[in-house]
Amino acid sequence: MKKITFILFAISVAVLSAFDNRILQDSIKLPAGFKVQIFAEDLGTARHIALTPQGTAYIKLGKLVDGNGIVMLQDTDKDGIAERKTTFGPFAGTGIAVKGNNLFASSDSEVFRYTLDANGLVTNPNNPERIVKGLVNKRQHASKSITLDNKGNIYVNIGAPSNACQEVDRTKGSKGMMPCPILDSAGGIWQFNNAKLDQSYGQGKRYATGLRNIVGLDWNTETDQLYVMQHGRDMLFQLYPEYFDAKQSAELPSEVMFALKQGDDGGWPYIYYDHIQKKKILAPEFGGDGKKTGGEKAVDPVVAFPGHMGPNALLFYTGKMFPERYRNGAFVAFHGSWNRAPEKQKGYFVAFVPFKGGKPSGEWEVFADNFAGVESIDSPGQAQHRPCGLAEGPDGALYVTDDVKGTIYKITYSK
Amino acid sequence: MKSDLQFEHNIYVKSRIFILVVLVSLCTSVSVVAQSIADRGKEVYDQNCLACHQMDGGGVPMLTPPLVNAEWVQGDKVRLINVVLKGLQGVEINGEIYDNPMPPLTHLSDEDIAAVLTYVRANFNNKAGPIKKEEVVAARKAMN
Repeated sequence: MKKITFILFAISVAVLSAFDNRILQDSIKLPAGFKVQIFAEDLGTARHIALTPQGTAYIKLGKLVDGNGIVMLQDTDKDGIAERKTTFGPFAGTGIAVKGNNLFASSDSEVFRYTLDANGLVTNPNNPERIVKGLVNKRQHASKSITLDNKGNIYVNIGAPSNACQEVDRTKGSKGMMPCPILDSAGGIWQFNNAKLDQSYGQGKRYATGLRNIVGLDWNTETDQLYVMQHGRDMLFQLYPEYFDAKQSAELPSEVMFALKQGDDGGWPYIYYDHIQKKKILAPEFGGDGKKTGGEKAVDPVVAFPGHMGPNALLFYTGKMFPERYRNGAFVAFHGSWNRAPEKQKGYFVAFVPFKGGKPSGEWEVFADNFAGVESIDSPGQAQHRPCGLAEGPDGALYVTDDVKGTIYKITYSK
Repeated sequence: MKSDLQFEHNIYVKSRIFILVVLVSLCTSVSVVAQSIADRGKEVYDQNCLACHQMDGGGVPMLTPPLVNAEWVQGDKVRLINVVLKGLQGVEINGEIYDNPMPPLTHLSDEDIAAVLTYVRANFNNKAGPIKKEEVVAARKAMN
């Protein structure tokens, strides 16, 4: 009898663990031919990620773990799962990037530069060079995302510590400030030299303005141009119930992608983009009513997504592993919304937009879905995982970070 | 004699019924008042708080603190009323700092602030007593 019980127990354990693996394998929904592996997990608040040409992965943490804010991962046996991990960098933040022999990482007010050796390992983990300091950090939209061009410049997002540049932020009845004084030191992308030490506003250049908060940005090497994803303003219904209902407020404004040149203006806080009317609309804080247009001098978006999905990473795919249609196209990691309540929340997926010659050649589509792990989301706290960072490996695999539990997904393709 | 007794008994029964009716109607009207405060509290919550604190009171990770079984909600009443009147940002709560600012909601009436705080203190796994309009009036006075 005891034997039978034991055998039954062993069988049920085997079945359960097989079932568990199946759940893991099936958790992320991908197009046919794509496969996902758990490269690493339980890292903490894994924000952005960058890989060296040797395949060493560096992940920036939003909160320190044991005093460190950068995780290095190596998959030396190439089985798709990292087995070597070290941590360094005593500062929390979001931005991380690899360029040439350097690793760049940001806190919410500074940018640091590390040196990489021939194996893609950091040679000076305890004494990086500080290249940028003293950037605005007022908690709201404080993350400093970074990307680099091929001419020795680094581009740093300085998000506006505000929703819509009202006199009193997010407060019903408070007027918009004209002109918006925040734009002098935030609400844009600043350009710095990627090798000079201790630069700040005086040494940098405001490359583009009128951008509320950019978390996802990438240098498109095909067109040699900066592309960014904006987090659109919140609370149209809560602040202006006379012009917007809860449904419109959930859908608007669009989360937009801009292709930027030096001197461009995205229009924040004076206007927002409405993908339903396909127009730039005057913000209600500045006399708008949801219909009046504005922003004649502001750039038009190249892609407009539904509102509030939180685009936290942008990546132009240049690898050869994925099928031809993905080449030079844009992947966007949507962190997932909170400001669609009481409507269902949206996002929590990685989208793809096919591109030709730097312009979209088709509609956007969901590429990788079900990070949240639940059927539908009323409240963002219900999500098990939230996509936050994207990187391409030297073999063309796509890496996705999650800042809820610190899972790193590796997505590969084979015919 | 018998009829007198019957009469007294009838009076006794009637007065008992009368008292019962009065008690029941009193209780009902008190609970109707309590119910309408709770309804008003939910209305105020849905219009002014739900966008950030969410329909389940769960807040938004990293941005907005949860109201579920929360010390700030169930604890000191004056501190809680002041969060609504003055707003709040950058305070550490259970080891987390939340980035989005809470705006001051001074445009809400004293009755509405009392109603919404009473609603929050009795929902989302909170079990704290009501907040009275007079307590909001006093906190607003102390502010000016």
